[in-house]
Amino acid sequence: MLLLDWILIVVAGWLVLGFAGIGVLRNTAFVARVLFPAGAALGVALAGLALAGLLGTPETAVLALGLPDLPFHLRLDGLSAFFLLVIGAISVGVSVFAAGYFRHGEGTPPGLMCLEYHLFLASMALVVLADDAYAFMVMWETMALSSFFLVTANHRVPAIREAGFLYLLIAHIGAIGILLCFGVLQANTGDYTFANMRAQSLSPLWASVAFLLATLGFGAKAGILPLHVWLPEAHPAAPSPVSALMSAVMLKTAIYGLLRVSFDLLGAQQWWWGVLLLAVGLATALYGVVFSAVQTDMKRLLAYSSIENIGLLFVGIGLGVLFNAYGMKALSALALTAALYHVVGHAFFKSLLFLATGSVLHATGERSLGKLGGLMRRMPWVAWLSLVGVLASSGLPPFSGFVSEWLLLQSFLFTTGLPDSFLNMLVPVLAAGIALVAALAGYTMVKFYGVIFLGQPREPKLADAHPASPLERAGLVWLGAGCVLLGLFPVAAIGLIDPVTRLLVGGGIAETVRANGWLLLSPSSPDRASYSPLVFLGVVSLAVLLAVVLVRKLYHGRLRRAPAWDCGYPAQTARMQDTAEGFGQPIRQIFEPFFRMRRELPSPFDAKPHYRVTIEDHFWHWLYLPVARLTSGIARGVGRLQQGRIAIYLLYSFVTLIVLLLVVKS
Amino acid sequence: MSIVGLFAQLLAILLALALAPLLTGWVNQWRAWLQGRRAPGLLQPYRVLHKLFNKESVVAEHATSIFRVAPYIMFGCMALACGIAPTLSTDLPLAPAADAIALVGLFALARVFISLAAMDIGTSFGTLGARREMLIGFLAEPALLMVLFSASLITQSTSLAMIVETLAHQPFAIYPSLAVAGVAFTMVSLAENARVPVDNPATHLELTMIHEALILEYSGRHLALVEWAASLKLFAYSCIGLALFVPWGVAEAGTPVAILFAIPMLVVKLAVGGVLLALIETINAKMRLFRVPEFLATAFLLAVIALLVHVLLGA
Amino acid sequence: MCCWGPEVNSLLSQSINLFAVVLLVLAFAMIAQRRILTLIHLFTLQGAALAAATLIVGYLTGQHHLYFSAALTFVLKVVLIPILLHRVILRLNVRWDVETLFNIPTTMLIGIVLVIFAFNLAAPIAGLSTSIARGTLGIALACVLLSFLMMIVRAKAVPQVIGFLSMENGLFFAATAATSGMPMIVELGIAFDVLVGILILGVFMFQIREQFDSLDIRHLEKLKED
Repeated sequence: MLLLDWILIVVAGWLVLGFAGIGVLRNTAFVARVLFPAGAALGVALAGLALAGLLGTPETAVLALGLPDLPFHLRLDGLSAFFLLVIGAISVGVSVFAAGYFRHGEGTPPGLMCLEYHLFLASMALVVLADDAYAFMVMWETMALSSFFLVTANHRVPAIREAGFLYLLIAHIGAIGILLCFGVLQANTGDYTFANMRAQSLSPLWASVAFLLATLGFGAKAGILPLHVWLPEAHPAAPSPVSALMSAVMLKTAIYGLLRVSFDLLGAQQWWWGVLLLAVGLATALYGVVFSAVQTDMKRLLAYSSIENIGLLFVGIGLGVLFNAYGMKALSALALTAALYHVVGHAFFKSLLFLATGSVLHATGERSLGKLGGLMRRMPWVAWLSLVGVLASSGLPPFSGFVSEWLLLQSFLFTTGLPDSFLNMLVPVLAAGIALVAALAGYTMVKFYGVIFLGQPREPKLADAHPASPLERAGLVWLGAGCVLLGLFPVAAIGLIDPVTRLLVGGGIAETVRANGWLLLSPSSPDRASYSPLVFLGVVSLAVLLAVVLVRKLYHGRLRRAPAWDCGYPAQTARMQDTAEGFGQPIRQIFEPFFRMRRELPSPFDAKPHYRVTIEDHFWHWLYLPVARLTSGIARGVGRLQQGRIAIYLLYSFVTLIVLLLVVKS
Repeated sequence: MSIVGLFAQLLAILLALALAPLLTGWVNQWRAWLQGRRAPGLLQPYRVLHKLFNKESVVAEHATSIFRVAPYIMFGCMALACGIAPTLSTDLPLAPAADAIALVGLFALARVFISLAAMDIGTSFGTLGARREMLIGFLAEPALLMVLFSASLITQSTSLAMIVETLAHQPFAIYPSLAVAGVAFTMVSLAENARVPVDNPATHLELTMIHEALILEYSGRHLALVEWAASLKLFAYSCIGLALFVPWGVAEAGTPVAILFAIPMLVVKLAVGGVLLALIETINAKMRLFRVPEFLATAFLLAVIALLVHVLLGA
Repeated sequence: MCCWGPEVNSLLSQSINLFAVVLLVLAFAMIAQRRILTLIHLFTLQGAALAAATLIVGYLTGQHHLYFSAALTFVLKVVLIPILLHRVILRLNVRWDVETLFNIPTTMLIGIVLVIFAFNLAAPIAGLSTSIARGTLGIALACVLLSFLMMIVRAKAVPQVIGFLSMENGLFFAATAATSGMPMIVELGIAFDVLVGILILGVFMFQIREQFDSLDIRHLEKLKED
């Protein structure tokens, strides 16, 4: 039996589990204790199969589903296997967590939730396996719809319904872009299989059109500027395991689509595509991280941080396209390796952080950062595992985020070989932008972690916060282990990325990296650049250990607990700590033009002083509201046709008929 | 990896640990002299460390383990930073473990931990210090990275040891991009090491302090480690600055004797650098807090200009 | 002519690049600077760097008339004009005036864009040029644009005058670096123009001050007919 068949069996298993959920619609215990863990087991199987597929040869299959003349073509190659691996590995952690997470009485009944959840997983797996436009679009839409229902799980809240609607709208704008892109790619042959699209050689103009449509379509799903507005609405609205899956995996299917179209289906690339992706990516990353730093809702903060990371991925892909357009295969492979490494790294740490916010939300019932604090003492497991996620997300060594950042900056350093002086000058500026984004991400993550887990509880009720359940912890441990292992063993991980870059650009960096030893990550030669997370961690740990031992040996280890000093100020309350607003204040001031800000400041004479600051996205007012006004204006115009009298409607039909007859006659 | 390399590596770290407080003392002494005060002894930082290590540590009641771990992690990071900076020799077994980019990450790691520790207590000053420290960090980090990039572009390597070897071996030439990067580096170092005009290490004035607000709750051995780590950071920055802009007199592989000459050379270079630092601190006034981002943005943009100039002039 | 051996000559020609970059950095520093007094100091430094660069170009190309223009630059831009400006701000009592239209980081970002633009514009020209300091043309152009930017974003008269003078520095440097200097008579003319210009602007500033009790040139908007 082919590997692909096994994978299809696993995916079918997910669907079976989902429909089993319908059978036990309101039996929370059964759904949580049996169905979700079974889904996690299938996730492990999928990850294992994908791993085998990554190292094996491409396989194809035809499923006689759908319309009579249009079967589903499926294909398993390096690129799809890589993304299947991500889907499988992340779904394990999320499903285990979800098994401990879903409780009674939250909107949608648990059985239905189970169906939507597993349908979502299965459709994502099939999206990356699809080998013709028809199967791709069907799965893409299934994915969008199932995630829409998951987002609106708590559909009694109007804000959540609105968020879900916005998500659906932008998802469909994206889908139109993708559909048109496939239409251009098949070049009037009428054959919508990917194999046929690969065989076509489009003129540079049409290739560019296809590329732009793909960027628009997949960009809408990924959340690039200015189509990012759905992300910060939909992610907080969804239940945490769903936000985790959407942010960690679903956004990545858009990255998959972009890679598939721009490297695999389109033949020759043009250099300006790379510049476009770089510019859009950097703008998105900067915008995302700046907004992330001023958020006061913990899930919105993470959603904006996802926008930032998607921007970084676009930058990596853009650099890959740029190098590839000039025929520099090895460098293109380096940039793509950085991007793909970040795909996995981000999937792990972002799902970890989203799930952690879920635990916090369940334990405290609070999402607002201004009402949390000091949870480290109440929920030590969640807190320490979140610390791993936070450090990885800030791009700090020796965790996973740093490896991809390092690889990305290295590929920027090689750009001086480009044959165009303008590009040579643009690239250092972009590298500076990336460095700024990475450093700002650190600021944001310190705020996120410090305000939730450290300090004193800002509300009395936080004293009753309960620790996460064992299953939740197990899910978090799985994802945290991913962040650590990806950070410590980059050479092994790059070995898994290598088949993908070989497929995309016909080159890879794994050979050079392996030649330099398993300990040392060095994309060209150790003289040029090298980084070894294990040695790094070893030396720092050794220094810490020596310091602990020596200080105790030479001096003493006495410790006394006392009330905090705080410069001797007598009254200290939890309200005197920095709030999330306070922590974001420098960013609000420095990056003021980014925000549309409204402040209500108290005067000294107010009996009940009131301080409020609201921050909005400029793009609402620049793009979305004008479009909405235009649409409703047109709708009003069309609405005049509707008079409510049958006679008038009949008249419309009559006039149409007459006009058509006249047209036919002439 | 050779025995000599291993020896040089150990010597470099131990020398850094031993000399770092001396450098701090030297700068303090010169600052006092330049300001017309009587200076504390050169060994004063050692006495302070000894005193602090002897005292018991008082920890706030609700502090978690992050608070207690952070000083050690900061110390460990700075020790590694001193280990990979080519102070005495470029033949360092640890050098491949972390290049220039990882070095910036190393400083960031220490910063994140100490900021988290400051937030851990949940006092008004602690969180204020953490916020200000991260504010300086997010502008200083990319600026430092860009400075290191301009050296990397000249030498085609991000390994600090390689950068120094290449720069020291080339026939003497003027690199305008390095000159600009040098200015940016000086500005970043002032900010990162909590020096005037960004921060004043000698004050506990609530409205202006940054570094001191962060470590307000520390006492005893924890405070000693933090102070020592701060000295190490100054030492590491000075060594990196010297390595990039005055790369001569550093021993290389296969020349064990050269290490012996490298030590006095380093001491002389550091002594001169320390006097210059004291001079800068004396003739400048501390800035308002919200001028600091402007200051650092200038440093950042200067570093970017250095890169651009390199691309234009090829040097 | 060149009696010092090739190493020294190569160092000298590299130092032209260095001075070019110093000019650029000083132009940036002027944009970032809020205090008028420091602005004048920066301008003086720029003049000194310009004079030194001219001197070196003169030595390397063996064109002796450049020595004279270096001396002229020095006298005019390091001694005479700074003294004049000092007296002006002393008389007007605006030593610590601070005023910008945009915030400074934004201005500097625009500055970076201008630098990239100028470098790109000059890259093909520099490839054709055969004079010693080829890459410097881009830098000179960038200096001119940056000074122009400074004139645009400053709200007070004195910084605008300094921006104008600094722009002239950039132009002068472009002429020196690219074509080894203009004919002597042109240079003398320009120097005289600048001197006269500064005197007229000085008088002008006193007039603004008398009229509006402030040096804010936004007041001049009132002079238009409605």
